[in-house]
Amino acid sequence: MSNLIVMPMALPVLFGIILLFLRPYVKVQRGLSLLVFVANIGISAYVLHLIQQNGVLRLDFGGWEPPFGILFVADSFSMLLVLAASIVAAVCLIYSFSSVEPSFEKNFYYSFVLFLIAGVNGSFLTGDIFNLFVCFEIMLLASYVLIVFGGKKRQLRESIKYVIVNVVSSWIFLVAIAYIYGSVGTLNMAHIAERVAENGQTATLTVVSIVFLTVFALKAGLFLYFWLPGSYSVPITPVAAMFGALLTKVGIYAMFRMFTLIFYHEPQMTHTIIGILAGLTLIGGSIGAVAYKDLRLVASYNVVIAVGFILVGLAVATPAAIEGSIYYLIHDIIIKASLFLLVGTMIAVTGQTKMDEISGLIKNHPLLGWLFFLTTLSLAGIPPLSGFIGKVLVGEGAVEGGAYVLLALAFISSIFVLYSLMRIFLTSFWGETIISKDEEAPAKKGWSVAMCILALGTIALGLGAESMSVYVQDAAETLLNPQIYIDAVLGEN
Amino acid sequence: MKINNIILRTVAKLVFFIILTLAVYLFFAGHNSPGGGFSGGLVLASALVLLFIVYDIETIQKGLPIDFKLVAAFGAFLSVGTGFGALVFGANFLTQAFDYFDIPFFGEIELTTVTIFEAGVALAVVGVVVTILLSISEDE
Repeated sequence: MSNLIVMPMALPVLFGIILLFLRPYVKVQRGLSLLVFVANIGISAYVLHLIQQNGVLRLDFGGWEPPFGILFVADSFSMLLVLAASIVAAVCLIYSFSSVEPSFEKNFYYSFVLFLIAGVNGSFLTGDIFNLFVCFEIMLLASYVLIVFGGKKRQLRESIKYVIVNVVSSWIFLVAIAYIYGSVGTLNMAHIAERVAENGQTATLTVVSIVFLTVFALKAGLFLYFWLPGSYSVPITPVAAMFGALLTKVGIYAMFRMFTLIFYHEPQMTHTIIGILAGLTLIGGSIGAVAYKDLRLVASYNVVIAVGFILVGLAVATPAAIEGSIYYLIHDIIIKASLFLLVGTMIAVTGQTKMDEISGLIKNHPLLGWLFFLTTLSLAGIPPLSGFIGKVLVGEGAVEGGAYVLLALAFISSIFVLYSLMRIFLTSFWGETIISKDEEAPAKKGWSVAMCILALGTIALGLGAESMSVYVQDAAETLLNPQIYIDAVLGEN
Repeated sequence: MKINNIILRTVAKLVFFIILTLAVYLFFAGHNSPGGGFSGGLVLASALVLLFIVYDIETIQKGLPIDFKLVAAFGAFLSVGTGFGALVFGANFLTQAFDYFDIPFFGEIELTTVTIFEAGVALAVVGVVVTILLSISEDE
């Protein structure tokens, strides 16, 4: 029992509510919300450390023991993601301070950012499948509000699609939960895992697992990503960065949890389907990334490629591949936030959204240019930046597992990533400077601070891969040995 | 257009209190039998909605000058606050406590912290329902 585990979700909820009362005091709102995220970074780092000593931690709400009560379970995998999410949230918040209009700030912007992060962290931590649904909904409700901040026609159009897609997928999620409750009679994830393992994964359960896969594929943008580029390219910059960095990752997390903890008995069925979908996602994302000239769409298609790449690791499911996926997941949370912030800043500075309408940006914004270059290299997986280690491990896993087609697709997609972003770098940053400094909207200091933190993050993650490996290995071990998780939840305190 | 709805107004005045009584009953029945903060809150909100429909919005807002958004926020704060309250006593998050007290006139009754939690839920429901209704009516 440790009440610390609930804090990454409970603190944002509590302060999100308190901020509702502090509507006119924008400065207080900023300070409190930043404080919450900084506290969360500290708490999650500490809990991560605690897990290495004491094993997987759990917290039974209200003292109701599992499998009867709802509980939060913190293993290294969840905690690493919570840590990365808290860092990105804090950075996006710093960026928000100097980019969000005061009218938004007075209309509960910070409250909804806090609720969004509460939902994201709750989804990572919960050990109950219905609670997972609830946390998804908290996250989605907050995102419905955040996506329309600005109220432009384009935003309203895309947000209607976004809301409909998510309401439908939430409904399928609910149906899937009803199916699993009907077939195994419990909602506690560890208890479901135990019962599925005892009775064998029957054909019915495999079908249920595919229903779950459909839901999470919709949420994560695995093959069913048709809604993603549109919705992720319309919100204001810091919100787009949080969406791009975090929302699909929650779907990916849920897929990892479901298909390593519960439905891992029929890999030739479920994991093959995941593999095929991941391959198709890589192909579709790569085509999208080079097809568009709109900067935000290119960034959004890069999110799609990353989803495919991470799930290659799950499809192969060897220890190396899972470890690689975890590295890549953390890397991608940080680097996608960075990419969206950079692209948003380019658009804010020049007022143009197409790459061929921007040229020679590096003359007036050298820092922006080099940060973009760094992000490009990191996304492509050039050592010593953070994308490298994940790509190598996933590749190694794919070779071990004999999934050569996926291996080829994964690495060809990296070339597409590199090409799509280099194209932006060459056309928009190099060349003749069209816009003089006076005609541009002034860049603010807070923007470069936020982006520099993320750039340092990707360098640190790349160079510090060695020191991270303790946690990542532990996370991979828990994922590959579901019994560790089950014992932690259903065993004695 | 002024509608002559004297019957509706007279009945509403009476029914308002019946609905309130039902709301209070449902609220207190909550933690042991069907009812609770959510249904109690909905019934309470329906009483307010009845007033808003029978009289016009301005009249009611003059009599009840409350920002219902803040009511919802306060309710949510109360509920989450009881979760945090458990931490002060070193118990798990959201732990509820109850005990029996002898109170003059009423005799022995059970007092629980879950009632505070439910009160929060009820306020949140009332606040949200009335806010939704008022936003829709403003949307012309």
